[in-house]
This record gives sequence, structure tokens and C-alpha cells, in this order.
Amino acid sequence: MNMTLTGPKKAPTVGIENENADSVFLKETVYETSDLNLWYGENHALKNINLDMYQNEVTAIIGPSGCGKSTYIKTLNRMIELVPDVKTTGQIKYRNRNILDQSYKVEDLRTQVGMVFQKPNPFPKSIYENVIYGPKIHGIKNKKILDQIVEKSLKGAAIWDEVKDRLHENAYGLSGGQQQRLCIARCLAIEPDVILMDEPTSALDPISTLKIEELVQELKKDFSIIIVTHNMQQAARISDKTAFFLNGEVIEYSDTNTIFSNPNDKRTEDYITGRFG
Amino acid sequence: MKLINKNHVVKKMPTRLAVNSICKGLFFLATLFGLLVLAILFYRIFTQGIGHLNFDFFQNFASRRPEEAGVKAALIGSIWLMAVVTPVSLLLGVGTAIYLEEYARKNWITSFIKLNISNLAGVPSIVFGLLGLTVFVRALALDRSVLAAGLTMSLLVLPVIIVAAQEAIRSVPRDLREASYGMGATKWQTILKVVLPAAIPGILTGGILALSRAIGETAPLVVVGIPLFIAFLPQSVMDTFTVLPMQIYNWTSRPQEEFQQVAAAGIIVLLALLILMNSIAVIIRNKFQKRY
Amino acid sequence: MLEPKQTDTYSVQQLILEKKSKKRWNIEKLIPKLLFLTAVISVLITIGIVLTLIFETFIFFEKVSIVEFLTGHKWLPFASTPSFGVMPLVVGTLKVTVIAAIVAVPIGLATAIFLSEYASEKTRRIIKPILEVLAGIPTIVYGFFALTFVTPVLRDIFPSLDMFNAISPGIVVGIMIMPMIASLSEDALVSVPKSIREGAYALGATKLETTIKVVLPAAMSGIVASIVLALSRAIGETMIVSVAGGSTPSMSMDVTNSIQTMTAYIVQVSTGDAGYGTTIYYSIYAVGMTLFVFTLIMNLLAQFISRKFREEY
Ligand SMILES: Nc1ncnc2c1ncn2[C@@H]1O[C@H](COP(=O)(O)OP(=O)(O)O)[C@@H](O)[C@H]1O
Ligand SMILES: [Mg+2]
Repeated sequence: MNMTLTGPKKAPTVGIENENADSVFLKETVYETSDLNLWYGENHALKNINLDMYQNEVTAIIGPSGCGKSTYIKTLNRMIELVPDVKTTGQIKYRNRNILDQSYKVEDLRTQVGMVFQKPNPFPKSIYENVIYGPKIHGIKNKKILDQIVEKSLKGAAIWDEVKDRLHENAYGLSGGQQQRLCIARCLAIEPDVILMDEPTSALDPISTLKIEELVQELKKDFSIIIVTHNMQQAARISDKTAFFLNGEVIEYSDTNTIFSNPNDKRTEDYITGRFG
Repeated sequence: MKLINKNHVVKKMPTRLAVNSICKGLFFLATLFGLLVLAILFYRIFTQGIGHLNFDFFQNFASRRPEEAGVKAALIGSIWLMAVVTPVSLLLGVGTAIYLEEYARKNWITSFIKLNISNLAGVPSIVFGLLGLTVFVRALALDRSVLAAGLTMSLLVLPVIIVAAQEAIRSVPRDLREASYGMGATKWQTILKVVLPAAIPGILTGGILALSRAIGETAPLVVVGIPLFIAFLPQSVMDTFTVLPMQIYNWTSRPQEEFQQVAAAGIIVLLALLILMNSIAVIIRNKFQKRY
Repeated sequence: MLEPKQTDTYSVQQLILEKKSKKRWNIEKLIPKLLFLTAVISVLITIGIVLTLIFETFIFFEKVSIVEFLTGHKWLPFASTPSFGVMPLVVGTLKVTVIAAIVAVPIGLATAIFLSEYASEKTRRIIKPILEVLAGIPTIVYGFFALTFVTPVLRDIFPSLDMFNAISPGIVVGIMIMPMIASLSEDALVSVPKSIREGAYALGATKLETTIKVVLPAAMSGIVASIVLALSRAIGETMIVSVAGGSTPSMSMDVTNSIQTMTAYIVQVSTGDAGYGTTIYYSIYAVGMTLFVFTLIMNLLAQFISRKFREEY
């Protein structure tokens, strides 16, 4: 097979490349959130969020239920706009453009920023149709290219071997874990720059969870990943950076190692040692 | 002194239980009543009409002589009527349902439209006939044509289709829409590629039920002035015609005993058509049983 | 797998960028406007109905005084000195509706109670489709049934009964609206929370006592709304009364004689040869208006009652 798809176009990395000193290796910023506030009607759900997220990293967002994790990640691709009566102030810059500016077309943003949801949500169509949904709505109709995209995306989501013989069967015949990986494949099909994941394993069994965790490690070579999880071990296992949310505020944000071994804030420590949440 | 006399309660218990059983029996009998009526109705019509139901009955036009009377013009006319009602009512009905469920903001215009639709559903069908007579037959000068009758009937069944389509669209899970939006799909792409395909079984089921109402309705067409007796087939939607229920009405109201048998035969044809349509609806419903 | 000949390297994002056209955004703006237009049509229908009825009724009232129409006790449009008092038609309609209610309310309600409180899931799955069939039978078929079966049977029992009368169509209209009462009332009964029932059972009440003293009162507004809605349907019913009720407008309360309802009068004129523009032609709009007002009030009433019912839990 000599027809190949290149990976997503990577922005050039900035800074000094030094093989021996990772800490000096500066990565391109993907998302820059500054002074973000969000209200659901009167409910002040996000308060003064400031966070930067980097390319080819896994950024984990942790915190107790109701602290605003989903709200924040849905703001990153403006999915939050589906909720009526939401108000925001502040800025979220994606690749240096403020996405909260209404002149930024959400469709363009979401073509760059894919999302995987808490509950697997494949369409009631065939596996094949699920994967080509994104490319097709964006105008790609060439059958050969679509076939290639399907294979590449399913391989990328580590599900190709399980489904290659039944691409035209309904996706609802797959197990929950397979469905979630299909949803990841569907997301990969348009080769996004960033993948947002909102508790992608909370509806799955431990073995499927493990598979998806491995997959995330693999995917970060080509994509930047932001993942919400209420499972602290998961964050510790797979992420490079971790942000701890509490009551709509970022309490602490740093390297995952630091957060889990040497947290700065008393509340972070209490949370990761299981004293609440 | 005790407030409750236990003996008294115990003594009354068998009576209370007996009353309970008797009433249960009465409720059951009432339920059987519907079944019984349906059985008698089908039995009567079948035995009265079966004798007339032969090949000629489908080949012949209406006639003054009962033995020569046939259902050809009416059956074909009913199909012509459907050919107008189906596209018009589905287009308007599904369009309205999509607007109300996906686009409408919560304001007074929307609540007015909704209130209006639920009231329209309760307007007697004969009143739609008066509307059709004034607007389509006279004002738009469509005369007593297939088109005038079809438009009148489309308006009559519109509320049924709107409500069915609204329910079908509403039952499409939120997370399917989210998945589509998350891929960068626009609203209309999401509706067209995700919401409507998932809602189609419900829409079709409701649509078929609405069409079977249209196929059995008589009153609005009487008022519109569709002839009761005709001996030719329409060549276009601008021609006049008649339909099965009108033909049956015509036969029923004739004094000769024999025409009642012809009417019964016509009813068998009409009921067979309705059963066919409803079976299709049931098959669609079962085939696309909710999968989410 | 066959090896494709050409060698390309491309990225999906680049392809997407190439395909992106301005066109899509215009469709996005156009579609909601088109859909809004379809939604407006349903409003236009109502406006059309109301305006039609009002205009033509006004023309009628230029020929016949509104006082005579509303209070007159004689409906003789075809007489040499015609008189247009609508009361006989209203009385005919009400006679049929009352008889229909006497048949449909107890049977429909009992069916609803049986289905929601006593029947097993299996029984319900058999009975409910039967009720649906009953509700889906065309009214002309019911009309035929009334004339060729119910009337002869009644005349065997009561030989003094006329060929056309109020009882036979009344009973059959009752049969027609019964499924509506049964299924809407059942919905109301089923939506009574389980906890309310369990409270009564815990006190040792039998099923019947629980149903009558606890469940029925809780579901009352839903039940009443279903009855009002069904009776409004009975008032507007046309073919059954046209076929089996006769065409003799009458103020008498006797149900064994020939009658004429509002709907049957409209049918009589429509199938007759009253010319366009005559007083008789316009009279069907005045009668239609009366019918429309009756049913509209009842529908609004049913909506008002059932909205109150939804607030209860
Ligand atoms: N659709 C909504 N409408 C109103 N309030 C909401 C909505 N979704 C979430 N909230 C509120 O916002 C806060 C954060 O919720 P969420 O982001 O879902 O938390 P998490 O994902 O961390 O559990 C909660 O107080 C919740 O009640
Ligand atoms: Mg959440």
C-alpha cells in the first residue's frame, strides 16, 4: 500500500531542543485560558480560570463531582453553547485566537478540536459510516480516500483488528469498550489537533478502561489530549500535567508528578489522599 | 374503649373482597364490550359484502344497478388523493416539527404556534371542509379537483403528523446530537444526517396513521363537493374524482337493500386498505425498535 | 488487497480546508426561515378557518337576523317562507352527544380502570391494539353499522322506533369515542404515583377501595379532560348522524324520532343542489361557526383542565 496519509500537521516546536534535558524542551502552547468566568443563569460555575495547555501532552483535569470539570472542557470547543442561558467572560485562546469571540466559527473550531464523551455515543449506523461521518460532512466524498481514513482511524484507535471483518455492521453490536474506541476513531478521522475527553472510561469495565488508557498514551504522540477524570490513579498514570478543580476554581496546576507527590495546596493534598471527593 | 373493633373489621372483610371481585368482573366485561362490538362489526360487514367481492367489483364503475356496481373509480380516486396528501402533509408536518423542536426559541410566537396546533387537532373535520370549499374550490378556483380535495385533507391531518414527528424528533438522544456537533457539523447537517435518520421510524409510523385517517374521511370531501357518483378516472390532479368513503356513503344512503351489500363490499376494500397501511406501520415500528 | 496505482500524500485537514465553501453558511441561515414558514402555515390554517367562517357568516346575517338564528325554534330552510332558528339543530346534536356520553363514559372509564389497575401486561398488550383499531375505523363504516345493524336490532326490541332516530347514532358515536376516553383516562390513571397507591394498600384497603378512593380522585382532572375532549369529538361527528340520524330538525326531547344535527345539515346542503350565493348556501357557514365555537370552547376547557392536572405532581 503506497497511498499514505500524513499525520496532522504539527506546528513547529518552539525553543531549544535538547535531547538530554527534557525540562528545557519548550512545547507549543495549544490552549491559553485567561480569566475565564462562566455562569449558568445565576450559578457561577467557573471562576477566574487561568490555564495553559501544551502540544503533545496529556492534560488531566481532576476534582470532585460538580466542580466544573465538564463545564470547562465543554467550553474548550464551545459545546457549552448548547445549554441555554450560559454567559462567559475572559478569554480562551486556541492557537493564538480567542475562541470565545463570536466571529470564530464553532464548526471550524470543532474541526480542529475533537471530543470523546462520557457515555459511548456511536450513531445508529454501521461502523464504517460512523468513522466517515466527520470527513463526509466536511465534503470528502472520494471512496478510496474514505476507505483509507477508516482503516487508519480504526487502527489509530486500536480497534481495527476487532472490527475489520464487520465494518458494515451496526455499531450498536459492539461492546461498550469497543463503542468508546469507535468513538475515538470517529474523532481521529478528521485528524484533529486536540482531543477533548470527558471521563471517557467512567462507563466502562476495568479491562476496557486499561485499553483506553494505553491508547491515550499512544495518541499523544500525534495529538494534544485534555482529559477529565474523577479517577486520580488514572490521572497519575496517563497525564503529563494535572489541574485540580474545586468549586469552579483551579486550585493547583502543575506537572502530574508534582501534584501527586508534592502538592502545594492543602486542599489538593486532602483530595488526592482521599479525604474528600 | 377501643376505637377499632377488630371483630367488626374481620367480619366485613369477606364482603369487601367480594365487592372487589364483582367490580373487577364488571370492569373486565366493559373491556370486552369493545372487543365484542369490533367482532360483530367485522362479522356483519364480511358476511354482507363478501358475496359482492369479485373481480368485476374492481373492474366496474359505479352503476344504478347494484349487480353491476363497482369500486374502480373510487379505489383509484383514493390513491390519487393519497398522492397529493402524502407529500404535502409530510413536508409541512415534518418541517413544522423540526422548526418547533430544533430551532424555535422560547417566546410567545412559539407557544402560540403550539397552542394553535393542539386546537387545530380538535376542529371537526367538516369545518376543514368549509375551509377547503371557500379557499381551494372557490377562491383559488381549483374547483372540485383532486388537488382541492387533497389540500383540504392535508390540512386536516397536519396536526397528527406534526405531533408524531415532534415526538419522534424529541426521542432522539441528546448525545447523538452532541457527537455530531463535536465533529464540527453544523446544525442543519446534524438534523439531516443524525436526527432525521434516527427519527424516521417514528415519523413514518405517525405519517401512515395520519394517512389512514385521510383515506377514511368522508365529511370534508362531502362539503368540498366531491361527487358521490362518477364513471371515469381522473387524468390529472385538476380533474374531479371520487374516493372510497364517498362511494360507500352513496351506496349506504340508497334505499334498495342490495346496495347495502355493495356498500359492505366497498367497506371491505376500504378496511383492507387500512389494515395494509397499518401493518406497514407496525412492521416499521418493529424493525426499527428503539436501539438506544 | 489490490495496490492502488497512484501515490498521494495528503492530510485530512488539508482536504477539509480545500472543500470548505461559503455555500454551507448560507444554507444554515436559510433553512430555519423556510422551516418557520411551514410552521406558520398551521397558524394560517386556523386564521383561514376563522376568517372564512366569520366572513360567510356575516353575509348570512345580512339575510337572516342573528337574533332569529340564535333564538328561533324552527329550522325550516327549504320551506316557502324559510326560518333559520338554529336551536333544533343544536338540540339534535346534544341528544346524540348525551346518548354517546351515556354509552362511552362508563364503558371507557371501566376499561381504563381495568387496564391500569387490574390487567396484566400481557392482557394490556392485547386490548390496547384492539382499542386502537376501534378508534381507527372510518366514521362512514360506523354509519353503515348504525343504519344496517344497530337500528334494526333496536327496532326489533322497540317496534315504535323510527327508521331514523337519535338512539342508534348516539350509541354508535359512543362506541366511536369510547376508545379515546379509555386510552386518555388510562394515561391519567397510570401516571398516579405508585406511592399513593401503596399508602392505601398498607392500610388494608382492597384494590377497588384504593382505586375509587385514592387513584380516581388523583387522576380526576385527566379523566375529566379526556371526557370533554371525547364529547367535543362527538359534537363534530358527521357521517354516523348523517347516515342514521335522519334530516328532521326538531326541538323535541324524544330520542326515538328522526333528528338532524348541525353536521348532518351541512352534509344535506352540500349533497343537495342549493346554488352558490343563496341564503341556504351561507347558512352552512353559520351552522359551521356554531359548531366550531362549541368544539373550540370544549377543547380549550380540556386543555385548561389537563394543564391543572399536570401541576399536581
Ligand atoms: N446544563 C446545566 N445547567 C445549569 N447548571 C449546570 C448545568 N450543567 C452543570 N451545571 C452546574 O455547574 C456546576 C458544574 O457542573 P459540571 O461541570 O457538570 O461538574 P463536573 O463535570 O465537574 O462534575 C454544577 O454546580 C452544576 O450544577
Ligand atoms: Mg462531568
